[in-house]
Amino acid sequence: MFEQFDFHVIINAMPILWDGMLITLLLAVVAIVGGIVIGTVLALMRLSRFTPFSLVAGSYVNFFRSMPLILVIFWFYFLVPMATGQALGGLSSVLIAFTLFEAAYYCEIIRAGIQSVTRNQINAGLAVGLSYPQTMRYIVLPQAFRNMVPVFLTQAIVLFQDTSLVYVVGLKDFLTAADLVAVRDNRVVELFITAAVVYLAICLAGSLWVKKLQRKYAL
Amino acid sequence: MHYNWDWEIIFCTSETEFLWLFAKNDCLQSYFYWIVTGFGWTIAVACASWVIAITVGSIVGVARTLDNRLLRGIASTYVELFRNIPLLVQMFLWFFVVPELLPQDAGTWVKRELPLPEFWTAVVCLGLYHAARVAEYLRAGMGSIPQGQTYAGYAIGLTQLQLYRYILLPVSYRIIVPPLTSDFMGIFKNSSVALTIGVLELTAQTRQIMEYTFNGFEAFTAATVLYLLVTFTVVTVMRVVERKVHIPGTITLEEK
Repeated sequence: MFEQFDFHVIINAMPILWDGMLITLLLAVVAIVGGIVIGTVLALMRLSRFTPFSLVAGSYVNFFRSMPLILVIFWFYFLVPMATGQALGGLSSVLIAFTLFEAAYYCEIIRAGIQSVTRNQINAGLAVGLSYPQTMRYIVLPQAFRNMVPVFLTQAIVLFQDTSLVYVVGLKDFLTAADLVAVRDNRVVELFITAAVVYLAICLAGSLWVKKLQRKYAL
Repeated sequence: MHYNWDWEIIFCTSETEFLWLFAKNDCLQSYFYWIVTGFGWTIAVACASWVIAITVGSIVGVARTLDNRLLRGIASTYVELFRNIPLLVQMFLWFFVVPELLPQDAGTWVKRELPLPEFWTAVVCLGLYHAARVAEYLRAGMGSIPQGQTYAGYAIGLTQLQLYRYILLPVSYRIIVPPLTSDFMGIFKNSSVALTIGVLELTAQTRQIMEYTFNGFEAFTAATVLYLLVTFTVVTVMRVVERKVHIPGTITLEEK
């Protein structure tokens, strides 16, 4: 069983795995930041009284939430080069796919956060003479974001795990790097267990941090 | 952007006029047929996994609420383990690593004699992955039942087993219908991960059509429509179920 477990294989694979981890982190960070920015815009559109805005944002969110991420990755992997007319490489199309996909999920989180701020506060803001954008900017959003910090991080952990799916288009993230070494050295057991342990450690640390924040940010 | 849409490649209508499924010529293997079988596998994987997810998830969820510290510890470890490793890594572990680590005979059996190895591996993997989520919902559901009901149950002389069977479980299942609905849709979406170990489900067939014909967008569109259809069906059906089982006078748990 574990008699033949060879740690040298893992030590030798370190540099390749590290390069993969950098790609994974890049994907996660870009998708989180992009997702939050686009998600905020979508959430404001979705809550807007102007029907076309809320309709567009609503359809966008429902559409992406019923798609498997792998299918979205495929769509953009083949669509982006065709739309731009030149090969941009896998990384940029995957970055676009992740950002747009995660934006739908972040939109829902932000919408719930905004709706958790009571209606009276908006009325109060308008009553003291702030405009609607000012009320959003100075009263609603700061409170909403504070409520949302733990959920944001939980979603970030989910997203971090989802980045492993870029394996399907062969982008060299952490898991794909592990897979390449596993096949090259014929050491499947060592490499996949290492990959699992690394993901587990990072995500577990993340969820413990979330629990701590939840206590700290509770209003 | 220049793309020549050509739906005939998928439907093969030029030769067979709507008889694509039973056609006598080459169209027997029309790409439409690939999409249909792929869709079938997607449904098969999702539904079979869901059975495992509900069964194992219920056991783990109940174990997390028991007084026995050992059982509770095992159940929490299970949930943390399965929630913090990416699904794709779990898929690889079940498919490539577990058969190597099993005792020799069992390993050989899994590798050589298990019928439909990719399918069953995917089902077990997805089922156990979602079981961790179901367990969390169930625990949250039971946590939302007021303590008074437990005391009332014990006061009228129920045993712990009866308490779970007649009071806690029926109520919490009814409370957690909405999050279970979104998880059921999640299992359909996650079933696409099975393509990495060779299950020819909807997304896999779509990719294959892309590689064979270079007219991938028709196939992608068809798959997109089918996934939307699944979501729509699940949402519609579950809305009826939700209304049927809703406990009057309660507010349901929001999803996650």
